[in-house]
Amino acid sequence: MTDTTTDPYAAAESSTTEGRVYTVTGQDWDSLVTGVAESDDNKVVVNMGPQHPSTHGVLRLILELEGETVTEARCGIGYLHTGIEKNMEFRSWTQGVTFCTRMDYLAPFHNEATYVFGVERLLDIEDDIPEKARLIRVMMLELNRISSHLVAIATGGMELGALTVMTIGFRERELVLDLFETITGLRMNHAYIRPGGVAQDLPQGALEDVREFSKLMRKRLPEYAALCNANPIFRARLEGVGHLDLAGCLALGLTGPVLRSTGYAWDLRRTQPYAGYEEFDFDVCTWDTADSYGRFRVRLDEMWESLRIVDQCVERLAGMEGEPVMVADKKIAWPSQLSIGSDGQGNSLDHIRHIMGESMEALIHHFKLVTEGFRVPPGQAYVPIESPRGELGAHVVSDGGTRPFRVHFRDPSFVNLQATSVMAEGGQVADVIVAIASIDPVMGGVDR
Amino acid sequence: MAEEGKDEKGLEAHDPSHEDAQRTGEAVAVRHGMFGVRGTGDTSGYGGLVRTVQMPGAARAPYGPGAGPGWFDEVAGALDSAGRAAGVEQPVQYVVVHRGEITFHVRREDVAALARVLRDDEGLRFEVLSSLSGVHYPDETGAELHVAYHLLSMTHNRRIRLEVTCPDADPHVPSVAATYPTADWHERETWDFFGIVFDGHPGLTRIEMPDDWPGHPQRKDYPLGGIPVEYKGATVPPPDERRSYS
Repeated sequence: MTDTTTDPYAAAESSTTEGRVYTVTGQDWDSLVTGVAESDDNKVVVNMGPQHPSTHGVLRLILELEGETVTEARCGIGYLHTGIEKNMEFRSWTQGVTFCTRMDYLAPFHNEATYVFGVERLLDIEDDIPEKARLIRVMMLELNRISSHLVAIATGGMELGALTVMTIGFRERELVLDLFETITGLRMNHAYIRPGGVAQDLPQGALEDVREFSKLMRKRLPEYAALCNANPIFRARLEGVGHLDLAGCLALGLTGPVLRSTGYAWDLRRTQPYAGYEEFDFDVCTWDTADSYGRFRVRLDEMWESLRIVDQCVERLAGMEGEPVMVADKKIAWPSQLSIGSDGQGNSLDHIRHIMGESMEALIHHFKLVTEGFRVPPGQAYVPIESPRGELGAHVVSDGGTRPFRVHFRDPSFVNLQATSVMAEGGQVADVIVAIASIDPVMGGVDR
Repeated sequence: MAEEGKDEKGLEAHDPSHEDAQRTGEAVAVRHGMFGVRGTGDTSGYGGLVRTVQMPGAARAPYGPGAGPGWFDEVAGALDSAGRAAGVEQPVQYVVVHRGEITFHVRREDVAALARVLRDDEGLRFEVLSSLSGVHYPDETGAELHVAYHLLSMTHNRRIRLEVTCPDADPHVPSVAATYPTADWHERETWDFFGIVFDGHPGLTRIEMPDDWPGHPQRKDYPLGGIPVEYKGATVPPPDERRSYS
């Protein structure tokens, strides 16, 4: 209407002590180009993000450019910090699972598992977990690894412009999420792995669904290989980009596919087995190029190995119908089993009958566990696991109370993201995206 | 608060050379009562109960794992000799073995030198610093802030934990970023959340919280925050004001 309205999104330029600052908002590239052309300074600092589709969530990159070459790259994180660790100190040990599952939202079961393993170690019940619960956990962890790697490959492909890779990646991920929904009731944020076991038994037909999925994936996975493995454009964009050798990985603490792409077969499932991984037959996948292409191939190969583990779990679980999925200790085991009633999901009527009509002790345990929770002996534990992105661990500290005294998550995305500078500096701007995609950071895990 | 526990906690008692020292841990809190009720509202009969919370105490050699001597003892021996060779007078203050994990408690002024030894010594070779984080024990007078280092040796396939303390009044710990570059962000995070200053860090700034944030949120004296929520006539208090059973 009048000239009193100002458009906050309009292109702008201003002078600061550091030089001229341009705010580019779209369709105003010319003003920047002419501005830079007039200037005698070849150095441009580009602020990329936090809202940028290629940065996997809210990651801010500060790039110093000379022409197309990146001379310095720095990360700004913290935009997704939600205080999960602090919140967990104010809930019971069991409720903690509900919080930590939300951290690395592409690998929720891994977050739950590493926390629960720590709690179980402090409770000294690691050897008492029923075999069925153990197998269900491994099955879910491996299905989760597949869904996470699918997203890594899908988003990585999208950032290169390989949209088919993106659409088929999300197509297959949806199948895994359907399995999660069948088994846990939720597509994300499951809070399924609990101290002592898992939240509920497998529903009828779940194993059959997993079997079907595994069969289908064995047909679908070759599609990724056919689309990408030998594709000259794909290879040209990935090969030699984001190079980081073994020494660099160790110094910066990088683990997971990035470490294995240097040819070092370090996989905690094999080197420091947890949850009974030593009983499974699978190979640790490596590549020897230490670049983005190697990481892509490692992820692709790992999905095959995960399918092998899932198949072995299904085979063993098939004969275990009706076996317990929670530790036998009534002072720790979450008392109720959920079931579907005429009015939706809730406590099973059998359980209600048991606590209200049959057993005073069962009622007391139910009441105490639900309101107060169990106590965990004082001490600290750290049980790292191999998440899709590398070593994920929870430093769990107890003061003997009903709440965690302190839980700190060593998130692999947080640590791996430190390699951004090393991987990106000296390369082209376009390769920064490829390098970061090859780390596959999930900001929910980085910021917690 | 924890006077009784404090007496038992003196560092001398943890000296590994005192073979018969009592196996008590650091007293981190004292609990009263049973159900989180304070004052005259407590009709449970447990109101007079007083319990000291003690962390697992110092272990005596052999450390294990298991009953006999094992790799824990190898690492302890190697750390002791290599640490002394690097000029650290008494590298390990005391050792805690709990639930199959070993923790070496060291003096904060030695941590940078010991990190270098742990990484480079052939018998130790802890190439990777997995994790570094803080814990705040407000009741542990003179050692309120702890820093825990989780080290991983890929060569020997071993994990250990290193722990240092510093008083709240002087929250300084030497940085290990020169030895383990990965400590960069971990130390920034620990500074951000606990206010522990890592001397020698290349650029100790906040990492998760905004630059101008007041306070250090993971400390126990920092409130969680939140507002009461009304639901169907009843009011649910924020989580940090609800009854704590601990």
